[in-house]
Amino acid sequence: MAFDYEKYIRPGKLPHIWCPGCGHGIVMKGLIRAIDTVGLKKENTAIVSGIGCASRLPGYMDCCTLHTAHGRAAAFATGVKMARPEMDVILVGGDGDGTAIGGNHFIHACRRNINMTYIILNNKIYGMTGGQFSPATPTGDKASTTPYGNPDPPFDIAKLAIGAGATFVARGTAFHANQIDKLITEAIQHKGFSVVEILDDCPTTYGRRNKFKSVIEMMNHLKDIAVPVKAAEKMSPEQLKGKVLTGVLYKEEKPEYTEEYAKVIQRAQAAK
Amino acid sequence: MEKKLPTIEIIEKYCKGCYICVEFCPTKVLEMKGFVVAVKDLEACIKCMQCELRCPDFAIKVTA
Repeated sequence: MAFDYEKYIRPGKLPHIWCPGCGHGIVMKGLIRAIDTVGLKKENTAIVSGIGCASRLPGYMDCCTLHTAHGRAAAFATGVKMARPEMDVILVGGDGDGTAIGGNHFIHACRRNINMTYIILNNKIYGMTGGQFSPATPTGDKASTTPYGNPDPPFDIAKLAIGAGATFVARGTAFHANQIDKLITEAIQHKGFSVVEILDDCPTTYGRRNKFKSVIEMMNHLKDIAVPVKAAEKMSPEQLKGKVLTGVLYKEEKPEYTEEYAKVIQRAQAAK
Repeated sequence: MEKKLPTIEIIEKYCKGCYICVEFCPTKVLEMKGFVVAVKDLEACIKCMQCELRCPDFAIKVTA
């Protein structure tokens, strides 16, 4: 039976603005299936985003949505969660929005372990503003601001999140579409700050500058580089060169921020 | 026994012609007609739903 996505989409909003072949739509479908699986209520779910291609996603969702300043999704979402801890908060953003302009907000949201889910759609470039290189652009790749190749080494967003203290970190790709909703479902159900990095394709501003002839080539590239965590355990470091691990990379239980903050309020009131 | 065929609904208004569904269909059910996807061989469909899952534009609905 076909899944009824339009139940969760604002009427009249489709077709969306993303370019032909952009994986953001695939991730949005995964998010909708995950919301349906977990059984989140539309009126009790806040989807927060910053600025960028990926950050257009909440505009299509028929939930409580918040489209904020560039990179500040984590800051606004923390405010939402602190004011209304009973709400389910999901953040959506791109690699530039999340790790460059909003890098500071991102690592501190990870550190606090506040119960939210951050979905980072990593297409390795700033798509909306014209293809400038982002902190996730691989070394040597071309962007509109690095026509002779990018000299910077890229961020490993999942490792950054683990290092900053996120308690659930997973990675998927837009090619592996039926894995996306499983990862996001697990991330929403996890109590604490969850980061799901989805490797995405940007045929318009990244692909055509980096010798990808078509969307299909980009999708096949995602298929080739992805290695599931379990399969990677049996592989040698040489075999894993140039590959990216997918699946649940890290999971732990730690005290959750809104609960700890409620205890602080209790202590302060008792001391009066 | 006659095989019960699925229905593949294509919302042409949403399709942007990215080729993802045509390329990744394991039994080559779909084809491009101009800039929009169309069903070529419905009998070959194995209802794996990969086209519906991977369509970024919400343009394909498969009902088994």
